[in-house]
Amino acid sequence: MKLKLDKKNFEDFLKSLMEEYDLYAPVQPVEGVSVFKKIEQPSEVNLTQLVPQKPAKDIFFPQSEVMFCYEMAGKQSRMNSMEEIKRERILFGARPCDIEAISIIEKIFVGEEYTDVYFLEKRRKTTIIGLGCNHPLSTCFCSSAGGDPFLRAGSDLFFIDLGETYFVELLTEKGAALRKNRFFKEVDPNDLTLVKELEGKAFEKVGYSIPVEGIEKRLDLMTESSFWDRVHEKCIGCAVCTYLCPTCHCFDMVDEALNNKGQRVRNWDSCLFPIYSLETSGHNPRPTGRERTRQRLMHKFNYFPKNFGRVACVGCGRCILYCPVQFDIREALLYASAKRAKGLKRKFR
Amino acid sequence: MKNPYLPIPMILKKAQIETSDRLLRTLELGFKNKEDEESFRFIPGQFCELSILGKGEAPLGIASSPTEKGFLKFTVNKAGVVTTALHHIEEGSEIGIRGPLGNGYPINLFEGKNLLVIGGGFAFTTLRSLVAYFLHPEHRAKVKEITVIYGARMPGLLLYKDELLEWERRNDLKLVTTVDWEDKDWKGKVGLVPNVLEEIAPSSENTSAVICGPPIMIKFTFPKLMALRFPNERIFTSLERRMKCGIGKCGRCNIGHLYVCKDGPVFSYAQLSKLPKDY
Repeated sequence: MKLKLDKKNFEDFLKSLMEEYDLYAPVQPVEGVSVFKKIEQPSEVNLTQLVPQKPAKDIFFPQSEVMFCYEMAGKQSRMNSMEEIKRERILFGARPCDIEAISIIEKIFVGEEYTDVYFLEKRRKTTIIGLGCNHPLSTCFCSSAGGDPFLRAGSDLFFIDLGETYFVELLTEKGAALRKNRFFKEVDPNDLTLVKELEGKAFEKVGYSIPVEGIEKRLDLMTESSFWDRVHEKCIGCAVCTYLCPTCHCFDMVDEALNNKGQRVRNWDSCLFPIYSLETSGHNPRPTGRERTRQRLMHKFNYFPKNFGRVACVGCGRCILYCPVQFDIREALLYASAKRAKGLKRKFR
Repeated sequence: MKNPYLPIPMILKKAQIETSDRLLRTLELGFKNKEDEESFRFIPGQFCELSILGKGEAPLGIASSPTEKGFLKFTVNKAGVVTTALHHIEEGSEIGIRGPLGNGYPINLFEGKNLLVIGGGFAFTTLRSLVAYFLHPEHRAKVKEITVIYGARMPGLLLYKDELLEWERRNDLKLVTTVDWEDKDWKGKVGLVPNVLEEIAPSSENTSAVICGPPIMIKFTFPKLMALRFPNERIFTSLERRMKCGIGKCGRCNIGHLYVCKDGPVFSYAQLSKLPKDY
């Protein structure tokens, strides 16, 4: 179902959502970092930054999350699991890449044998309102990574900015629950033309230049390539690329306890940290940047596709934008995948 | 829906120091709840995450056999925060476990064949489970000859000494123990496991080999098995990696596209030879 929303009603619309849902959306930077956050006032919502620094995965898989609390009485203990989400939630304003990434994380967290209840509970109780990207950034390569700037998949509703109005598409049953919202109006035929035009322009800008297709097979032959000896060299192991990556899902589990009370917490972790794989004995199976960088890239473009049939990269470009030493994952992919990357070959060999 | 991160409560029934260096302690855990005991089904080679509230979790192979009912046995090397706590915890205390985790040994593939078990040091836990399983009257006929080669640096560092004596007396199992440094009472062999294997030279015909030990031992044992013409598909080893979740979510224990926690910890040499050497 296709509808539209006047921008002058935007804040009232958000308010109407907040009557029934907890609303999460991108906001002004918090301590210099732009994030998705639970909204208290509609005026907080800030859609100016195309890809907020911290991806929307934070809403389903928070950077730090209490798994369960416990209390000990003598030799006995009591545990209280914390997965329950009491109020239905709406994630508003996530871009197609971030939404695609949530379904990628879902592939690993929701399994046949074991399901991560903390993730699933949040996923089930969240309605996702996606927002199309009229002006992709120079670092965006979603089309190459299997997505596109207006990909609807994963969204329950989809918004496209038409200037004065938002074009609104209801895509799923969850999304249809909002069709009676008093601020939605009928769509004009002209709007549909405008949508087509915007899509065309955005597709053209983002292009298909990064050779992600077929990369899995190529990397099969590169496990011990000299490529890895060079490609990691400028990486300082700060791990910002993995923290801000919308598909990275590694975590650590730690206990925080005082006296007889405590909690088990999970925190985002990164394969780029030496301590990540360091064993108590002192043995580290990934002792240098070479093995750790290989792990990061191979996991995204070889191991994950082997298990789930899709690369674990959505082309959001955050790892390129925020790397302190300008490591560009696209360069690495270009080199790894095709003969045409002559200059790059020199660079990495 | 079942939350796979919540440990089930166990009670420490009995604890015993295993080795002369006092760094290995065997814990016998009983189930606190009957229904947990009934639903806990495992095979040798699987492991559990042992949980001490306030300290954290550590993955440990199950040292008891499924044929031994009513308890689970773990042998803990005192190394980090959790394992130290597991050394200090008193009998009667509660310990959480999550499991059984991992794939375990391919019991079905062993059936109808000879079984060669090669162990080193304190990695003998799940091998003990495997041998005890096949020594049980109900399962003994499933495999033909059982040969166990077990080595440690010193006689005092061998695990399960009473049981080894018992095995020695059996006529349906060939046990060869070896140490790097003997003491005056030592009656077994002296020498490194790979060399003892070469000396004994068990036939590879219709035989599966299972190796578990320190990485250096495994590294030098593989070529000896090759020389004895064991095919890659019939050599198995159990790997250890740093782990957190134990269920293939948290990411850290992968070797290539496989996870040690979920797709392992038992791998055939045929599998390993196709993966990056991230272990």
